[in-house]
Amino acid sequence: MVNTSVELLGLTLSNPVIPASGTFGFGYEFADWYDINILGSISFKGTTKEPRFGNPTPRIAETASGMLNSVGLQNPGVHAVISEELPKLQKVYSKPVIANVSGFSIDEYVYCCELMDSAPQVGIIEVNISCPNVHNGGLSFGTLPASAAEVTRAVKAVTKKPVIMKLSPNVTDICEIARACEDAGADGVSLINTLMGMRIDLKRRCPILKNTTGGLSGPAVFPVALRMVYQVYSAVNIPIIGMGGVSSAEDVIEMMLAGASAVQVGAANLVNPYACRDIINALPAAMEKYGIDSLESIIGGAH
Amino acid sequence: MLKSIFTVKDNSKIAKNTFEMKLRGDISHITAPGQFVNIQLDGFYLRRPISVCDAEEGVLTIIYKAVGRGTEYMSGLASGAKLDILSGLGNGYDMKKSGEAPLLIGGGAGVPPMYMLCKKLTAAGKKCRVILGFNTADEVFYADRFEALGAEVTVATADGSTGTKGFVTDCIPKGGYTHFYTCGPEPMLKAVYSATGEISGQFSFEERMGCGFGACVGCTCETKYGNKRICRDGPVLTKEEIVW
Repeated sequence: MVNTSVELLGLTLSNPVIPASGTFGFGYEFADWYDINILGSISFKGTTKEPRFGNPTPRIAETASGMLNSVGLQNPGVHAVISEELPKLQKVYSKPVIANVSGFSIDEYVYCCELMDSAPQVGIIEVNISCPNVHNGGLSFGTLPASAAEVTRAVKAVTKKPVIMKLSPNVTDICEIARACEDAGADGVSLINTLMGMRIDLKRRCPILKNTTGGLSGPAVFPVALRMVYQVYSAVNIPIIGMGGVSSAEDVIEMMLAGASAVQVGAANLVNPYACRDIINALPAAMEKYGIDSLESIIGGAH
Repeated sequence: MLKSIFTVKDNSKIAKNTFEMKLRGDISHITAPGQFVNIQLDGFYLRRPISVCDAEEGVLTIIYKAVGRGTEYMSGLASGAKLDILSGLGNGYDMKKSGEAPLLIGGGAGVPPMYMLCKKLTAAGKKCRVILGFNTADEVFYADRFEALGAEVTVATADGSTGTKGFVTDCIPKGGYTHFYTCGPEPMLKAVYSATGEISGQFSFEERMGCGFGACVGCTCETKYGNKRICRDGPVLTKEEIVW
């Protein structure tokens, strides 16, 4: 019997597979497809202080081996998330979840984290400083070490829960940002958020996305994500959640060998609602094939 | 909602750039006309959402226009090809609101869902009147199929090459219908909204989708009753909730 469980910031996950924020709603939508209690954890839809519609449509475009989205943090606001969405999730998922929060100012990040701190379902807070789809929202904080550190310090001051900073790949040196977060007290980092991209509609000769640009995800970004996880693993001493195009049990193992303590699965959930379940089911056989007894033992194993 | 494998039974051209595909598989989750399926194609990342034209006796019928690389690939599929399909997606049309004499208005790629709707309403004893709009005569399909169901059919073409010259709205009667159902390009839907006055109706919308089952919220629109996901809370919205 192989051991798929991993420790992540005080939580024991039965396996390292976590649906990524923005691709899994508030979880309960997927309970229509399968028993989601098999998931290691769930990072739920990015939450902001105020309700947000997000960007105008079209906000989805296809790419080679991936997709662009410019959803722009649509969510019902932190109060409705806690009072309405989390109770619905609790009915179908009994493990601690990861609260993904975003903000347009330090105060908004702090506001959301304070509320999430008192939500018993929340085991870890994942702070998104890397959304490419909102002006002044998130990405600007995540592109400079100083502002990334400032958000980290501010949220760490208002919560006792572990804080993971979600990093953008759209920077010159992601290691520098990761180190700044670590120095400011972050308990972990998750990477990568989507890569900025665009497509043009040939008939109309204008961008497909109403927002012009969007975030690229899917298998197309996997090698980029893997490289960044590998580099950040050498740069920091805090756990890393690896993500970006993960679509198979082999991809999970690769991410962990690069240095990820747990792995998020994003776009794959959208093309196959069973993606996370299929990956979890395939993990033991893939581990046996590559001679792995315990997933935890291979973290950073490629270094 | 069901993820299952369908087998292509037949895939043939029925009008300009327009193909009818019949697939054998589990259609048990298709519960209302106006729902759609989301089809995975080799070499394409996102699935293709296509409305259900008919679903009967284990056979799913879809009609699609080969307009992009995905649908062009579909048009080349031979019988026997296996396709991974999510079926039973979307809310579909509410047939209980039809009244005795419903009006069905389909434009171009919006015609197919009207077929299953017309079939079901006719079977329920309703007297359907159908208006079909196309650009040109060579794009017209299924007019005879609607007639075979016993519906009163009017065809409009933009260039007048067959039927009434003009748009579907030029054929909408002043009255005499109890409710309407429509699907087609958004400018047509807006024109139908205006041309139907006080009469209630249901509109099926199209939007670029990520997942097709409500997870990514890529296709959200604003309605009078809050945000709705076209894929999960739609694609059918009622006239009174639409913000235009």
